[in-house]
Parts: sequence; C-alpha cells; structure tokens
Amino acid sequence: MPPDHRIDDYVDPYTPDRRHSSGGGHGPLRIGLGGPVGSGKTALAAALCRTLGPDFDLAVVTNDIYTTEDADFLRRNAVLPDDRIEAVQTGCCPHTAIRDDITANLDAVELLESRHPGLELVFVESGGDNLTASFSYGLVDVQVFVVDVAGGDKVPRKGGPGVTASDLLVVNKTDLAPLVGADLDVMRRDSAAVRGGKPTLLISLREDPAATEVAEWVRDQVRARALQTT
Amino acid sequence: MTAALLTLADSRLPAGGHTHSGGVEQAIAAGVLTDPTSLAVFLRRRLTTSGAVAAGLAAAACRAVDDAVPVAALAGLDDEADARTPAPALRAASRQQGRGLVRVGSRAWPHPVWAALPAHPHHPLALGVAAATGGLTARDAAHAAAYLSISGPATAAQRLLAMDPITVAAVTARLAPEVDAVAAASTEGLPAATDPLLDLLAEVHAARNDRFFAS
Repeated sequence: MPPDHRIDDYVDPYTPDRRHSSGGGHGPLRIGLGGPVGSGKTALAAALCRTLGPDFDLAVVTNDIYTTEDADFLRRNAVLPDDRIEAVQTGCCPHTAIRDDITANLDAVELLESRHPGLELVFVESGGDNLTASFSYGLVDVQVFVVDVAGGDKVPRKGGPGVTASDLLVVNKTDLAPLVGADLDVMRRDSAAVRGGKPTLLISLREDPAATEVAEWVRDQVRARALQTT
Repeated sequence: MTAALLTLADSRLPAGGHTHSGGVEQAIAAGVLTDPTSLAVFLRRRLTTSGAVAAGLAAAACRAVDDAVPVAALAGLDDEADARTPAPALRAASRQQGRGLVRVGSRAWPHPVWAALPAHPHHPLALGVAAATGGLTARDAAHAAAYLSISGPATAAQRLLAMDPITVAAVTARLAPEVDAVAAASTEGLPAATDPLLDLLAEVHAARNDRFFAS
C-alpha cells in the first residue's frame, strides 16, 4: 500500500490517545447509539446494560440535550452503578458533540476508562437528533441507529446517514405497527434497499425487554474485535 | 502571523470549546444578558478580565517552550493560572478545555514539549504550547486567547437566545480593535484582572442540573 493511504503515515508516533481514530484495538469497544427523539435509545441502552452487564465490564456515556434525564433513567433502570454512567453537556448541539467536535465525549470515555481499567464495552448514547445524525469514527468503533415504527413506515426510505450508513439499524416498537398503520415488510424492504447488506433488526423493547437480538449483535462485535487484535 | 493562528482561533477546531459558554448561559439566566447591547457589554467585560489573564498566560506558555526546563516553567504558569482563577468551576472548565486542546494540538503539531504539560493543563497553557509548536509567536498566542475569550461566548448567546447570527457576528467583529489592544497589552507580564461576577455566575451554573453548556 502506498505510504499516503494510511492515516498512520500522517500521524507522529507521539500522541497519548490516538488509538481510536487509528482504528487500533485497545481499550473498550465503543458503540454509538443514535437516532431521533423518542425512538428508544435510552431504553435500548438500559436493556443492553441489563442483558450484557453480567458478562461484560461496561459503562455508558449519555448526551442529554438539557437535563440529566437519560442518565437518571439509566441509573434507575440499567442496574449500573453511578460511577459507570457519565453525562456530558453538548452546548445546545447534540449532533456536534458526537460528530464534529467529540472532545466532551472523549473526555467522558477517558474518565470511565481511568475509573475502570478493565472496561470492555462503552455505549455512547447521543442526544435525540434527526435522520442526519451520525457518530464520528474517532469516537466510536461501531454505531447503532434507532428509529421507531410510530414515526411512519417511510422513515427507512427517507434515508440519511443514520439509516443508510450505521453498522446496525434498529426499528423499534414493532408492537405499535397495527396501531399506526405501519407496514413492517415495507420498512424491512426499504432498509435492505438502502443499507448495502448491513443488518437491520425489527424489535419491540416492550415485548422483549432484554433486547435479545441487539445484544447478540453486540456480542458479535466484541468477538470480531477480539479476533482483529489477536 | 501565519494561517496556524487562524486554525487556533477557528471555532471549528475540535477542542471542545462549543460545549462552554464562558458564563453566558448563567448570565442569561440571571437576566444580565438579554440582547445584542448587553451581549457587547458582557463580552467586553470578559475580554478585559479573563481574556487579558488568558492572553498573558498563553503568551508566557508560548515562551516557556524555549525555556531551559519547560516542564518547570509550565508548572509554574499552571500555578499562576490557578492563582488567577479562584472559582473552582472556572478552574475545572479551563482544565477541561486545556485537555481538549492538547488532544488536537499534539496531533496537529507533534513535539516533545507537549509531554511537559500536566495531563489537564489550564487552557491558556495548552494554547501557548499549541502556538509555539505551530510556529507562532507569544503575541499570536495572546491574540488567540483574547479572541477566544469572546468568540465562543458570543456563539453561545446566539444559540441560547436565538439571536440573529449576523448581529452577533457584527458585535464580535466590532470588538476586534479591543481584542488587539488586550493582546498587545498582555503579551508581556501576567495580568491578574478578576471579575467576581463571572466567578459567581460560574459557581451558580455548575450547581444547576438543567444546563446546555458545561460552563
């Protein structure tokens, strides 16, 4: 490979915290959870913490828009000790904080890492945003985009980076489909059409509070990275 | 002056500045800042107090890079910054932003002197080192510090009050001669101006749990 095709060729060896944007495999796996307001990001984070907590050393960073509501919800529902949940302020711009200037989130992840040296998994939950929201890969290793059925079955067709480029698309609240007249087959088909083979899961956190399929996908990501680094 | 100075003063530099309002969020809550006129008053007040202090420290940190023992010189300046920042909330905000700037500055301009800074240096120290490693002068470092003391807060006011961005840009631009004057006057020596109002606003703000900004 020519020398100008690797980011490492541009970066001096001296930088204490370059491991993530260089794609290296040290430290915890960082998983971004993004998606519109009310789609179930926090509920999914809580479910994943409950399901995966017994098997992994994990922590959560929340990007509340205004209050510490999401962090408080997690403290109550996720069976995670307080010192494993960090909330960051995003200066009125939740999207900026996960994509354009990830400093506050990197600080929070570093704080959690220093507090828990054996950390294996960190979920970074974005503030509720719109369909254009996406995480910088300088902040996370993989990202999940959460939409819900109640927003209408046209959402996957509308696309946007979250829907098309996320590593996993989760369509939540399938139990509401009959009530809002959403066609799950349409959502499944439209997602497949715009996602170029990347996976989509249709789930109902109300019917499966353990988020079994998403948790299994997370386990696959952890395994995949363990293979990469050995 | 080189383009490196424009990089340091660019609000898009990913150093975490966008999550800090420089007291603006609490000034709005307290009713001190309500419109473009009071924004200009607030920014001028910040510029001539914490802006001047930051400019002096940044210039000194820039020069400290050439000191015989940079680690000692920078540690001394870190103490000077603490002494000029009595409010714990403002110390924390400064160190948080310093850490962010070290992260991007050391990647942009790798240099052994970055290792001479504490892990969470005060922001002006990181700014001074960034200026030095980016090939800039102490005056440039002071300029960046003085400008940053108003540019971030102005944007925060724009967001929080849904102000006309063109008006806010004009307010900031018209302060340019004063920014220049503060930078020039702060390049030598270490100003020690304080503003109890900013200290109080910062402490009240830090105790809130319903805020958009980290400071």
